[in-house]
Amino acid sequence: MTERRYTKTHEWITVDGKTATVGITDFAQAQLGDVVFLDLPKPGRKVNRGEAFGVIESVKAASDLYAPVTGAVAAVNDRLSSNPELVNSDPYGEGWIMKVELSGEAPSDLMDEAEYKKAAEASSH
Amino acid sequence: MPYLVHSPQDREEMLAAIGVESMDELLVDIPKSLRLDELKLANGLSEFDTMSQVQELAARNHVFADRLTFRGGGVYRRFIPTAVAAVTGKPEFYTAYTPYQPEASQGTLQAIFEFQTLIAELTGLDVANASLYDGATAVAEASMMARVQTGRDEILVAGYLHPEHVEVLRTFSEGRGMKVRRGDEPSDKTAAVVFQQPDFLGLLVDARGLTDKAHAAGALAIACVDPISLAILAPPGEYGADIAVGEGQQLGLTPSFGGPHVGFIACRKELVRRLPGRLIGTSHDAQGRRGFVLTLTAREQHIRREKATSNICTNHSLCALAASVYLTYMGETGLRQVAETSFKRAHSLAERLSKLPGWEMAFPERQFLNEFPMIVPKPRPLLRKLAKKGILGGIEVSRWFRELRGVVTFTCTEVNDPAALDLLVEVAAS
Amino acid sequence: MTELLSFELSRPGAQAPRLPEAGVSAPGSAEVLPKEALRAQAPDLPRLSEPEIMRHYSRMASLNYSISEQFYPLGSCTMKYNPVANEAAAALPGFAGLHPYQDEQTVQGALELMWRLERALCAVVGVDRVTLQPAAGAHGEWTALRMIQAYHRSRGDKRTDVLVPDSAHGTNPASAALSGFSVVEVKSGPDGRISLADLESKLSPKVAALMMTNPNTLGLFEREILDVAEMVHATGAMLYYDGANLNAFMGVCRPGDMGFDAVHMNLHKTFTTPHGGGGPGAGPVGVKADLVPFLPHPTVEKVDGEFKLDHKRPQSIGRVRSFYGNFGMLVRAYTYVLAMGGDGLTQASLDAVLSANYLRKQVEGLLDLPHEGPCMHEFVASAHNLAPQGVKALDVAKGLLDRDYYAPTIYFPLVVPEAIMVEPTETESKATLDAFAGAVREIVEQAKTDPASLHAAPHTLPVGRLDEVGTARKITSYLTGQSEDPVLRWKRVRK
Repeated sequence: MTERRYTKTHEWITVDGKTATVGITDFAQAQLGDVVFLDLPKPGRKVNRGEAFGVIESVKAASDLYAPVTGAVAAVNDRLSSNPELVNSDPYGEGWIMKVELSGEAPSDLMDEAEYKKAAEASSH
Repeated sequence: MPYLVHSPQDREEMLAAIGVESMDELLVDIPKSLRLDELKLANGLSEFDTMSQVQELAARNHVFADRLTFRGGGVYRRFIPTAVAAVTGKPEFYTAYTPYQPEASQGTLQAIFEFQTLIAELTGLDVANASLYDGATAVAEASMMARVQTGRDEILVAGYLHPEHVEVLRTFSEGRGMKVRRGDEPSDKTAAVVFQQPDFLGLLVDARGLTDKAHAAGALAIACVDPISLAILAPPGEYGADIAVGEGQQLGLTPSFGGPHVGFIACRKELVRRLPGRLIGTSHDAQGRRGFVLTLTAREQHIRREKATSNICTNHSLCALAASVYLTYMGETGLRQVAETSFKRAHSLAERLSKLPGWEMAFPERQFLNEFPMIVPKPRPLLRKLAKKGILGGIEVSRWFRELRGVVTFTCTEVNDPAALDLLVEVAAS
Repeated sequence: MTELLSFELSRPGAQAPRLPEAGVSAPGSAEVLPKEALRAQAPDLPRLSEPEIMRHYSRMASLNYSISEQFYPLGSCTMKYNPVANEAAAALPGFAGLHPYQDEQTVQGALELMWRLERALCAVVGVDRVTLQPAAGAHGEWTALRMIQAYHRSRGDKRTDVLVPDSAHGTNPASAALSGFSVVEVKSGPDGRISLADLESKLSPKVAALMMTNPNTLGLFEREILDVAEMVHATGAMLYYDGANLNAFMGVCRPGDMGFDAVHMNLHKTFTTPHGGGGPGAGPVGVKADLVPFLPHPTVEKVDGEFKLDHKRPQSIGRVRSFYGNFGMLVRAYTYVLAMGGDGLTQASLDAVLSANYLRKQVEGLLDLPHEGPCMHEFVASAHNLAPQGVKALDVAKGLLDRDYYAPTIYFPLVVPEAIMVEPTETESKATLDAFAGAVREIVEQAKTDPASLHAAPHTLPVGRLDEVGTARKITSYLTGQSEDPVLRWKRVRK
């Protein structure tokens, strides 16, 4: 399992072999507020890096979720349909959102923890 | 000047408090070249003169008596209980703002929650929204829901849908690259089949058949329904339609030259997240008291911005309130009685008119409720003749449908008493 | 006080209303129609007698705040007094009783009213024609964009983008998207006004229009509007005016003169038609000559002294709703315009600007004022200065509810954190404004001494803060089949 990497749009990924696990960051869940619903793709659907693959809704906001990698959806976290609050309480663990079967190499230009922290702080003024 | 509250002294005091000498200092950001000397509009009037002028305009319109109105086509004369205006005339309702601060808006929220429940019950579907502008835009909004749900681009209009509903649907569709086709057979490009029950001519359609056809092609079924008819006819929920829409004018609203009226939309629970407009749900406060609140607002324009389901920002809240009062006043018994009385009188009228020389039912094999199309020998002179006797006769539908030349649709409701029917037949025969 | 739902108050066997008998000998629906066409299950509507119904609605009414009783300093909403004369006018049988499909000769008064209202609105905003058809603000906005789209298409010009300021009202991008445009954001400068440099960089032959409101959503007049118009027109794009803030300068200046090609208006804001708890309103759109061919049909024309509906408009974008518009609201707005006249409307805007600046001065030192004055008819404050006490704009709003004020607009515009947007309007007395400032002062004090009570406000209303998150989650439960409670409607619990 590689270290967590981050996108500018506040998703995180970890990679295990050819499978990437994707979620949203603690910063993002705090910004959104209590999550009430996620609109996620079906397994098998192709996703492309940088494209929106779903929507995450809270009471006050709805945000697109952007794929940090290219591949095919292997699984989505079924528990989130009845317990969307897991995204708030455990965004890096039980609140994982999607697993993707990579179609190429894992991207090497995503931010590490330190870079992401800096970027996140800058974006909230 | 009317409705202004500041005295010259107030204005002076306020300018002094702000720390400026004159209004010009407050308007300093406006380029001089834009400043007007005056508005090219007559000066204001006293209330007396204002109302005199307005009344003079009103007096120049001819209002046909309710009981002598036999024209429908989407707007109908009905008995409106006095209770409706007594409730909508309460300033706490009509001058209230949109219920964004729910603690201060429980009256509006609860009343519209009741409306949502009433419409869901009437249509037999799971959830209804807090209302839309009118039946025509409701059809358009439902079609867009279908497009988003199925990913397909075509809306199939089956049978005689109100022509203005079709026009509005086309206007909505063009901007978004959707296609509107008239026909009976959906294809794999069809997002939804839209039909009206009873149709624009007042005739009953095979709602169940059309719904099944839509589903067989992987499309949604959108039923545009007359709300009073739902006291008698099978509602969309019973024949499996996905979305029900319609015009609620008959539920306690005056004709008012076409508006404001109220559109309604209801759907199966699977489609709830696609519903446009406002939705009200139950909630609780920290003390466990039940309240009502605008919910699923993340779908709406002020949050989703360009990704919103629709751009609709308002609902026709006061009109929905009128509809709620009407339905609550009538109850199931009253509504059914209104529908039955209209049915019986319309059938009696149709039978009598059919006996006139040259008159016949345009589609004799089809059933109708209280609006029906008749082939009439000379529509224009007939309608003029009726008007001379203070009767607002039916609608010449060839205005929209060239294949229906000579066809006039007549409407009959519980306000057309038997003596009025006699008069209509008498004058038509003369 | 609370009030049960009509469905909960309902009792079987309650008196049904007495209605006229059919009085004709004809068979009923059950005898004529095939069984499959008939309703199998009766709808479960409430059963209540008239006295119970009137009590029910009166009690619900008393649970509401309304402009008839409370001051509504709602920025961008222009909650001014709703004249009762307007209600009387709209209720006249000569208007209320008209069927939209009556012959034109029988509705000359109605058509003339629409024609006169159109002319009056043209004079106020400086355009050539106005469509009265759109039913609401957002509806009018979308109508305007469709006309602009049709204009470009008629010239064979494929323009796919619409520019929207980052401070814009949410309907702006939504309406643009609904018309099939891509939305591109334009930045505002540090003073909240549109950045000409950013605009320059975003203008291109792909841009169909720039949507703006003036004053902007921060209540500040866009001083460089003439330059903006020139820049936009130079690229062949059009300039659209969002009329939310029109109350700032009636009789003082006109959007048409600034270079706006399409001017949208809200009759339920500037022209005082009542909000009705969320509608109905009306969103007329004024246009300059280039856009006239694309107006929705029918328009109202005066030909040889008679008023006619013109359906023969080949380049029209079509209908945007049924019939001719929210006619009942047009009557109200016309009555208001007639009563106010040019002099009254001008004074109304001047007083609106004066009151806003006065109230802004009173609030100085209590809340943050992120932008330099003067403002126009509204101003934006921020509760950011209360952050050390953990108090947010939402808490200030709820605190105001407890003091018998409807709260100002909060969290808009998005460009100001903890935004509180205040628009007093011209129909509030100086005494009311002073009292409101006093309430704000109290709340700021309360933020220092007892912030917890503000977090829990309101305390004095029929309900306290409602668990909106819980509601949304319960809906998800219902939609996924895990719970029976539909939340979005009442449903009888069957054993």
